[in-house]
Amino acid sequence: MEILGYFNYWVFAIVLMIGLYAVIARGNLIKKLLGLSIFQSAVFLMYITMDKVEGGTAPIIQPGAVDQLYSNPLPQVLILTAIVVGVSTTALGLAIVVRIREAYGSIEEADILEEDIYDPEDQKEDPIP
Amino acid sequence: MITVFGIFLLSLLVITALAIVQTRNLFVAVMLAAIFSLLMAANFFILDAADVALTEAAVGAGVTTVILLSALALTAEREKRSGSIRWISVAVVAVTVLILIYATFDKPALGDPDAPVHQHVAPWYLEKTPVFMDIPNVVTAVLASFRGYDTLGEVFVVFVAMVGVLFVLGGDGGRSGPITTPDPGLRHHLIPKVVGRLLLPFIILFGLYVQFHGEYGPGGGFQAGAIIATGLILHALLEGEQAALRSVPAGAMQALVVAGASLYGGVGVACMLLGGSFLDYSVLHPDPVTGRQIGIIAIELGVGMAVCGALLSIFHAFAAREH
Repeated sequence: MEILGYFNYWVFAIVLMIGLYAVIARGNLIKKLLGLSIFQSAVFLMYITMDKVEGGTAPIIQPGAVDQLYSNPLPQVLILTAIVVGVSTTALGLAIVVRIREAYGSIEEADILEEDIYDPEDQKEDPIP
Repeated sequence: MITVFGIFLLSLLVITALAIVQTRNLFVAVMLAAIFSLLMAANFFILDAADVALTEAAVGAGVTTVILLSALALTAEREKRSGSIRWISVAVVAVTVLILIYATFDKPALGDPDAPVHQHVAPWYLEKTPVFMDIPNVVTAVLASFRGYDTLGEVFVVFVAMVGVLFVLGGDGGRSGPITTPDPGLRHHLIPKVVGRLLLPFIILFGLYVQFHGEYGPGGGFQAGAIIATGLILHALLEGEQAALRSVPAGAMQALVVAGASLYGGVGVACMLLGGSFLDYSVLHPDPVTGRQIGIIAIELGVGMAVCGALLSIFHAFAAREH
């Protein structure tokens, strides 16, 4: 059972890198944002793993309980607020993706880069309507 | 038994994450992301983090999914095939995984009570919360009082993100341009309509319970704001965008955010005016313990209002763009 004590951290490492792979290797902007959320969730998992105390319970103090062990409240507070901030920043990213789609007609990185290559023929056209 | 269950859930988590990256259908990816969040919430619950599990379930599986789906409606549902697998990326990622796994052997094992993280301020928080605030939920006490500055910062980050979304998407609630087709929502679908209308009052009631019971059980402003926002988003999906904006106008949502953030900051300033330092609630009442309780309830209310208003404004900014 000694080795299983690290299982959560291995999952953290694997999920973190799955998220990073989506960000660096996928061309679709929404896929990149999903990868970023996976990456973020992996960090949350690491913090929450650290808060666990063997034989402890959720840090809500029960009146009359003597010698009750409680898990660490501090990582929980940090992650609780981070989750809500995470959805707000993801929404901001999605809003920018929506505008990119309206300006370029695509959310694929390759198409957007192609569109951005300087072409003297259509330099008078403003790419943003 | 719990260990086996945890390993099962974590393995499912890895499989779901792989499937999200693998699939070309973005709609499927978003649905899998909702499952990923729910699995993550279950894991948090096993690891004794009841408050975090509640937040992840409400925000990750609820609000994020809806916002992602409204973004998909405005962009594309399928990802283009982008040629071969990028082997350099795979190599970088694989090497980093191995390094990280190697590094984990230096970490204290799961549940080790002697880990450095449990030695610093955490025992002090657990010991002093009954003395200073006399409320059972230590997470709420740390969030709202001991580390109140952090939380104030987070509320402002949520506020700024909402302002950013409204600027980028021109969140005028769809007022610009004539509305040609009234959006019927899901009213023509019998089962969502009946079930949704039946669930709605209970979702709002549960949100209020989580808000005002957050000092005694898992919950608080962040969770309550997300749950109530989820309920109102369900209402908007059922009745259509215009009907939802008639019942809760865009201006009211933005006013709610400003009022919530101002309430939080205002409590801090009130403490200063009463002779304490910023966010030192003990001066709010002759009895310092009661004063801290009043302060915690007031700022949790501010957090709940700000989060609920911000998430609703963000959703409506996306939804209004569709017309």
